[in-house]
Amino acid sequence: MTIHEVIDALEANVVTEGDLGQTILTACGSDMMSDVLAFVKDQSMLLTGLVNPQVIRTAEMLDMRCVVFVRGKEPTEAMVQLAQERDMTLLTTRYRMFTACGRLYARGLGGGCDEI
Amino acid sequence: MTIKKRYEVSGDDFTHAGEASGQVKRTLRQLGYDADAVRRASIAMYEGEINMVIHADGGYAEVEISPAQIDILLADSGPGIPNVEQAMQEGFSTAPEDVRSLGFGAGMGLPNIKKYTDEMRIETELGVGTKVYMTIRPGSKAE
Repeated sequence: MTIHEVIDALEANVVTEGDLGQTILTACGSDMMSDVLAFVKDQSMLLTGLVNPQVIRTAEMLDMRCVVFVRGKEPTEAMVQLAQERDMTLLTTRYRMFTACGRLYARGLGGGCDEI
Repeated sequence: MTIKKRYEVSGDDFTHAGEASGQVKRTLRQLGYDADAVRRASIAMYEGEINMVIHADGGYAEVEISPAQIDILLADSGPGIPNVEQAMQEGFSTAPEDVRSLGFGAGMGLPNIKKYTDEMRIETELGVGTKVYMTIRPGSKAE
């Protein structure tokens, strides 16, 4: 699934734009960054309701190219700047976490956090 | 050739936690280390950096980069760890509630560092501070 397709699935707004043609293989939905850091997958993206700069840094450490903020949360200006410097795409969706993950899963995007 | 770098980790601003790890990540990438080693080193250092901000009011990091391995030392003058064995267990945390609301303090920091490194050693003394030594070897599979 490309980031373009993620945008369609979540009816998402693009806050800052990296490579929207990038393929996403797995996704991880969590507000606990330490949990996110425990599960590394290639070409993964993060869905979260947490809003602070550590979300962007966590995504950076995991080489994630896209972060989606659920339930209408908006990233701060500092976060947007961090993401732009890292060529990372930030999206927002009005859907809540469960629904957002479900919409992506139903379109074939697997979990990045389901293996221990 | 060995490259040595030192970073100060500020303890009073959670916003900037992870800056040193991000810089190390970019340096390793520029030097051409494989993606897995870069990711393991940066995640482990990032978790350590977050720990220093949460528990110890900051400290410093020393990173030594050579072709065979990446050595990282994170040192603080915080309260020390009373029971290292307990602290290494997944889910054990002494972090305050406000840290959890920031997405950390789930008791995954030290276990994550162990998971992503080839070697990890903790020296700690109550009331004096803690030193966490980590080694990452490119091409190995620590996980």
